[in-house]
Amino acid sequence: MSAALALPSIDRIVSDDATARPLTVIVAGNPNAGKTSLFNSLTGLRQKVANYPGVTVESKSGQWLLSTGLPAARLIDLPGLYSLDATSLDEQIASAALLDSSHTRADAIMVVVDATNLVRNLYLAMQLIETGRPIVIALTMFDLAQRRKLKIDVNKLSSGLGVPVVPVVAKKRIGLERLGAAVVASIEGGRPLYGGPSTLPREAPDAARRQSQLIRRYAQIERIVSDSVEAADASSPGLSERIDRFVTHKIFGPVILLLVMLLVFQAIFSWASLPMNLIDKVFSGLADLVRAHLAPGIFTDLLADGIIAGVGGVVAFLPQILLLFLFISLLEDSGYMARAAFLMDRLMRAVGLHGKAFVPLLSSFACAVPGIMATRTIENPKDRIATIMIAPFMSCSARLPVYTLIIAAFFSGRTLAGVVSLGAVIILSMYLLGIAVAIIIASILKRTLLKAPPPPFVMELPPYRLPNLSNVFHALLTRCTVFLKRAGTVILAISILLWALMAFPRAGGIQANDTAATQIENSFAGRAGRLIEPVIKPLGFDWKIGIGLISSFAARETIISTLSIVYNVGDKTDDKSASLVDTLRDAKRTDGSRIWTPLTGISLMIFFLLACQCMSTVAIVRRETNSWRWPLFMVGYMMVLAYVASLVTFQGGRLLGFS
Amino acid sequence: MTLDSIPHDVPARISSVDRTDTHGLRLMEMGLVPGAPVRVIKAAPFGDPIQVCIHNYHLALRRTEARSIQVTIEP
Repeated sequence: MSAALALPSIDRIVSDDATARPLTVIVAGNPNAGKTSLFNSLTGLRQKVANYPGVTVESKSGQWLLSTGLPAARLIDLPGLYSLDATSLDEQIASAALLDSSHTRADAIMVVVDATNLVRNLYLAMQLIETGRPIVIALTMFDLAQRRKLKIDVNKLSSGLGVPVVPVVAKKRIGLERLGAAVVASIEGGRPLYGGPSTLPREAPDAARRQSQLIRRYAQIERIVSDSVEAADASSPGLSERIDRFVTHKIFGPVILLLVMLLVFQAIFSWASLPMNLIDKVFSGLADLVRAHLAPGIFTDLLADGIIAGVGGVVAFLPQILLLFLFISLLEDSGYMARAAFLMDRLMRAVGLHGKAFVPLLSSFACAVPGIMATRTIENPKDRIATIMIAPFMSCSARLPVYTLIIAAFFSGRTLAGVVSLGAVIILSMYLLGIAVAIIIASILKRTLLKAPPPPFVMELPPYRLPNLSNVFHALLTRCTVFLKRAGTVILAISILLWALMAFPRAGGIQANDTAATQIENSFAGRAGRLIEPVIKPLGFDWKIGIGLISSFAARETIISTLSIVYNVGDKTDDKSASLVDTLRDAKRTDGSRIWTPLTGISLMIFFLLACQCMSTVAIVRRETNSWRWPLFMVGYMMVLAYVASLVTFQGGRLLGFS
Repeated sequence: MTLDSIPHDVPARISSVDRTDTHGLRLMEMGLVPGAPVRVIKAAPFGDPIQVCIHNYHLALRRTEARSIQVTIEP
């Protein structure tokens, strides 16, 4: 390989060596320029998503059948960027790939330029043209420009810029063949086809020079555009501006945002529960089937309780992820997401966050996993990490069964001031406490670990467009495979580990008279529960709750089935079952005092609210930050916080005379 | 006059960008260059950020950023 690279470069196109390195073409362009649509049209389903080493930014690559007789070219889709002088991490990576001068560099650069927004889009194109690399401009939204009565003389534009310009309509596959031919021709030529502007040195030492260079580029672009484009009179406000009169209106704007978020929330909170229950039923049915047909033993247990339950736990997330990302891609593609960030920026800034943090945080009330995946829309890496770090404080749906169990056991039927149910007040307080803690932690993180000069908030408000369904489909497919492959494997591994902790060592072999309760008591998890009892005793918890805390790392609601097992009420109990509630009320220590009191209940609820008792969250944070540093930090600080808060609650409550 | 202080829906033209740091360059990269016509469309419900029209597209920026852009109102 290295020997081949040392050879003087040979023209790979005329070479009839079939094993020659396939051509590599980079797709670059501004955000919202139609890059993704074009990339999807060119590659279809032949796409791969990978992470750039060490960072969170994803790179997409695909196979492009350039033209018949040539091997498929490798098409690399870069994150959208406005300029080569990068400010965000996405842009730095894109810019590094574009300016790469090593032997692995791409053979040609395809710059995607939005025909309806020529001047600003051409700024990046102009910078790239100045590098002297083979460039082809794909002029997207050409049909939209024509409808807006923009008369673009493509030939004049092309000769003005000095590079080939090919108008395309990605959705209708218009111009794609010509685009391929132009790319091949530009690689064969190796130089800009028409001479074009001279190559400038890349280094611009001082800011003043860069500024004057910038002004010169824009002046040049405006000259070229005014020569080649005949614009219709644009004095009347466009459709987008008229839509914005409602969507970002002082009163209607927030109301519409509230309704949209209510819809999204409803979908992931309630609609997703239908397929989730179905998945749950299928997998528990499968586990029963395995138990019924295989001889009892370790292997059967591993298959039924470890693997099948683990896979089921992973697949159960898909409905929520699919629904949330369906909405997110629809909102992004239509242009609404930028408006939501525009509306919320002032409020989010008060906590040191970006307007775009709003949607991921709200989604986290349903489940932090899709919520954390949704932070992808936040460009600034530090803002994004801060948002990820506080997302698990949003009280997710998995905590609800725990809350309801405690309320059923200790607070049912009680009211405040005779009207409001005490249970409802407690649940609401949990939600509010989560939000308050999130705000405090975000402000602390933004002032310490994630301290950075505020990035400029300069955000394009793209024109409203009908979402491209094929883009939405591709986005959903990508998110699901990424989740299953990267996070799913970690979740499965941890759930098998947790199973093993509760299944080993075997209590006296496989005799039938061994109950599940004695098994779990003697297991590693049971021993660990006893081991941590002195530590959790000040919080009001005994070793049985300790086992529950350990097992609930698989998923918070698991504590209910674990408690059912250790209190020997059968593991088929759900949160509404009277027997578990009664058992909890009556459970006594050896000295006759009650283990569970209302205060224990509150302490446990606060612990569940604040502790990162969720391996799926850990796995997704690992995946989204591409390191173990942040997920471990998150588990650690949330655990400390939960411990201290529960301690203060329990001991403070006792001092105040509650029990 | 600066971009954050002019009335809405009045055509103006950028005369200079006072910042030469990365923020200032970023604004210019987005097309807010001297000589370009600009129009403030509206402010977000809490007064900040503002939405402007530049080179026929819409851009949102915070008032602190807009303050560094000098404009003159077109007659």
